[in-house]
Amino acid sequence: MWQALKRLYHRLGSPKWFFEISAKWSPWFLWIGAALMAAGLVWGLAYAPADYLQGNSFRIIYIHVPSALLSQSAYVMMAVGGLIGLVWKMKLAFVVSKVIAPIGATMAVLALLTGAIWGKPTWGTWWVWDARLTSMLILLFLYFGVIALHNAIENEDLANKAAAILSIVGTINIPIIKYSVEWWNTLHQPATITLTKKPTMAPEMFIPLVFTILAFYCWFAVWLFARTRNEILWRERRTQWVKKWVRDNAL
Amino acid sequence: MHFDSLNSFFAMGGHGFYVWLCYGIFALIMAVNFLSPAIKRRQILKDIERQMRREQK
Amino acid sequence: MSTQPALMQTISALFKRDLLLAFRSRGDLLNPLMFFLMVTSLFPLAVSPDPKFLGDIAPGVIWVGALLATLLSLDLLFKSDFEDGALEQLLVLPQPTFFLILAKVAVHWLVAGLPLTLIAPLLGLMLGLPEGGYGPLMLSLLLGTPTLSLLGAIGAGLTVGLRKGGMLMPLLILPLYIPILIFAASAVQTGVQGEPVTGHLLFLGAYLAFAVAVCPIAAGAALKISVAR
Repeated sequence: MWQALKRLYHRLGSPKWFFEISAKWSPWFLWIGAALMAAGLVWGLAYAPADYLQGNSFRIIYIHVPSALLSQSAYVMMAVGGLIGLVWKMKLAFVVSKVIAPIGATMAVLALLTGAIWGKPTWGTWWVWDARLTSMLILLFLYFGVIALHNAIENEDLANKAAAILSIVGTINIPIIKYSVEWWNTLHQPATITLTKKPTMAPEMFIPLVFTILAFYCWFAVWLFARTRNEILWRERRTQWVKKWVRDNAL
Repeated sequence: MHFDSLNSFFAMGGHGFYVWLCYGIFALIMAVNFLSPAIKRRQILKDIERQMRREQK
Repeated sequence: MSTQPALMQTISALFKRDLLLAFRSRGDLLNPLMFFLMVTSLFPLAVSPDPKFLGDIAPGVIWVGALLATLLSLDLLFKSDFEDGALEQLLVLPQPTFFLILAKVAVHWLVAGLPLTLIAPLLGLMLGLPEGGYGPLMLSLLLGTPTLSLLGAIGAGLTVGLRKGGMLMPLLILPLYIPILIFAASAVQTGVQGEPVTGHLLFLGAYLAFAVAVCPIAAGAALKISVAR
């Protein structure tokens, strides 16, 4: 067990290993994700029964919940990557961390837009300052901060370290932010019906959601691998193996 | 099928606009996330090839 | 005949160069927009998310947000050219600095003020701006943000190169911005009530015309002082 972990640790120090292995795994994640997405969406859009309160607009859940979940867990993954990079000085961890930021941000945008649009038939307005949407908006701000910081610092190494610190601070803050936003919300609004009543969903409505959630995570892996491989190619562009790869894959 | 016709599927019981707007945005963002690294890959390959050509001179 | 490049050619060359430089660091272009969004979001969090209340303060909040976001973006107007010496070269060109500064400010407006204007309806939506407000909001921003850029150029010119310039510049320009804020926010509020806003917009237009005529001169003088330091 420890031997396997040690082997993995050493391999992860090699960008070339990650480059090759992620290229092999990517198609699996892509197609399994596609199958899950197709199954989940077809089932969820066409076959699941309508919600007795919200009617057919509840079907937005099949993209709203996965994107919300993913945007939140991606932020934590980004911080963990930054932490590993800071503590164990693993370059690859920094690369992965950097690359997650834009992906997580797009998921937060998707969650916000779908949440807002879902709110219109449910509550009558295009935007409500409720706890969930407001927390998601603040998460998007946190993502912007990390992305802007990466863009602003020219030295790659310094940028990685600074962004790592920022994302770790952000992660510690997320529970604090969530708590305060919920508290703020109770000051101004009585408890409202939440958009997603997970425990009381019938299985015919819930299982397609599981499919789309898994599909989103599979595709997250695909996007992560693709962007990481790009970063590796660029950072290792002066090495022999990259030059050979470029020659073999010339445009 | 929950819906009895293609028309009622698109109409989504009156909520069609909201549902399909969301799925449209979803499709757009999926496309961006798949295409963006692919485009960047081409750019990187071009840049590395250019650098390799310069080194050969 | 003069052998100097024609004025139009110089202006358009400078315009294109600044535009190209701005787009090279695309991330920087998003910063004022994100700031705009964040600052506007602070108000519901700080006071109350009550839709009616938000709808009432929306015109003012959006305009204050746009103002602050513009102030933030002005830092970049002359800074990089100052640091690498390009600014000095621009100032000693035979072409009148008036037009060169106008070109630079035009680029600044295109990459800062215009995007702010375009994203404002989204903020109006989030703050529940009543329907009648959107038209006056867009028009007031369209007329007001170029003036913000022009006036800001004076402040930026005066403080470029100063170590503490970042905090000082807003202090210098904010008083100049107040008339724009008053008439623009009032225009939106008047529009919400359904009254005509032509008077307000005319004032903004006149202020813009005045700014186009005067600000490049003042900014040029300011820059010459800064460069001589």
